[in-house]
Amino acid sequence: MQRFALIAIPYAWLLALFLIPFVIVFKISLSDIALAIPPYTPTLSDGVGPFFSALDFENFAFLASDDLYWKAYVSSLRIAAISTILTLLVGYPIAYAMAHAPEEWRPTLMMLVILPFWTSFLIRVYAWMGILSQEGFLNQFLLWAGLIDAPLTILNTTTAVYIGIVYTYVPFMILPIFAALDRLDGSLIEAAEDLGCSRLQAFWLVTIPLSKNGIIAGSFLVFIPALGEFVIPSLLGGSGTLMIGKVLWEEFFNNRDWPVASAVAVILLLILIIPIVLFQRNQQRQAEEEA
Amino acid sequence: MNRLSWFNVTSLTLGFAFLYLPMVILVLYSFNESKLVTVWAGFSTKWYGELLQNEAFLDAAWVTIKVAVLSSTFATVLGTMAAYVLVRGGRFLGRTLFSGMIYAPLVMPEVITGLSLLLLFIGIGLDRGVLTIVLAHTTFSMCYVSVVVSSRLMTFDRSLEEAALDLGCSSFDAFRLVTLPIIAPAVISGWLLAFTLSLDDLVIASFTAGPSATTLPIKIFSAVRLGVSPEINALSTIMIGIVTVGVISASLISKRNSLRQQRDEQAAARTA
Repeated sequence: MQRFALIAIPYAWLLALFLIPFVIVFKISLSDIALAIPPYTPTLSDGVGPFFSALDFENFAFLASDDLYWKAYVSSLRIAAISTILTLLVGYPIAYAMAHAPEEWRPTLMMLVILPFWTSFLIRVYAWMGILSQEGFLNQFLLWAGLIDAPLTILNTTTAVYIGIVYTYVPFMILPIFAALDRLDGSLIEAAEDLGCSRLQAFWLVTIPLSKNGIIAGSFLVFIPALGEFVIPSLLGGSGTLMIGKVLWEEFFNNRDWPVASAVAVILLLILIIPIVLFQRNQQRQAEEEA
Repeated sequence: MNRLSWFNVTSLTLGFAFLYLPMVILVLYSFNESKLVTVWAGFSTKWYGELLQNEAFLDAAWVTIKVAVLSSTFATVLGTMAAYVLVRGGRFLGRTLFSGMIYAPLVMPEVITGLSLLLLFIGIGLDRGVLTIVLAHTTFSMCYVSVVVSSRLMTFDRSLEEAALDLGCSSFDAFRLVTLPIIAPAVISGWLLAFTLSLDDLVIASFTAGPSATTLPIKIFSAVRLGVSPEINALSTIMIGIVTVGVISASLISKRNSLRQQRDEQAAARTA
């Protein structure tokens, strides 16, 4: 009896507040928009038979026919991919240096990497608005240093979105790579150098392949959330920055088109399933390798 | 090997400057006299004063704290139960679905979670307000709690629980007297994680909040969309300050506890 309650309570909670809501999103994505409350049709009050016969894939056909959505999906994938690579380029050297720092520094360095993660995401994105704007800190600094003659436009461009994603997600990249590099046996590098490798060759042929698992895990941890990101493109990006999370938000809150917003959500989910499954597989394989 | 090369020193310096400079600049400009956040006009704390008089922000802060305390507490209870089920529950019908539902919210885009919960609340005719935000936050944070707690449950010695059962404890007493004290640090960090996630959340709260309840992130977001403002800088500074003090003291306490535990173990080893 106790065991039953222990299983049933969290199970029922997740069914009611996680799984059923998805079924509803899927159902509404097959509905039509209506001038009513709630603003879609059909509802179950129309009867079960007419309810099912009124569902169709119209919204998906609409998404496929309208350029905007295609472009938004493609550009989300591109922005997520490019920012993952940039995050790797920024995060790897930091993780590498942390792994080579004196032993007694490492807990402090780890805490310094994790600390921003506890601070509000919104505030960390907001901090960049003041830095990147026309009369912002970065432009003032570059003008003062004589590196530029006129202020650069960075805020409200895709560049600002890249900066925002790299900044907020870089801890997710650093931690798994650091974990991989920390375990790496230093004598392997010495062996490679003794056998005639240059330091760069040893890095490329030994260090990188041995930290592969960390790189893969970190990349997924950045790519997956970046794909559905909403806050960063809406605060740092301009009207030219198309990202699917922002499109969904606008479709729902500004256009009040719930069926289309739901269809956008269903497709975003379908796109996400591939990297999520790959990530799960990779984590499992890694766990087996270690065992 | 432990001597830092110039390359490593440079990457650490640049890396941590990148992580911390934006926040330092944000904090500095909260003490700026001028309304223009980018022009320094002298030191002043007037924005903090104005913030304390802004009732809309104070109300939102109160709602946010209420939601965070309630949802993280529910999430800790449910998440710990879920972790126990996953690690100790054995086989039961629909176990795969259950573990799937625990891990899926961790990678789900917030826009989708928010949208789906809103559609559920409207479907069942629940008025949007504090209650709906608490339900939404509990749902996604319980998954984080359960991941944290289950990793602790997996590493601890099961024979301790079995000993308690052999000595006549009921399974609930064994959990209360043996398991819970051992996993307590993980449960507490799970609660803290759930609390911060709830304080922090903008997207899910925007979908599930009604006109009767606005949280601080929603308020900040709508103010920030219009541009940078010194009042928001002051608010951010307060929030950064609270988090920094909290995280540093939490890590000091856990360090002291683990030192004490080490000492106790050594003392026990000596007497034995």
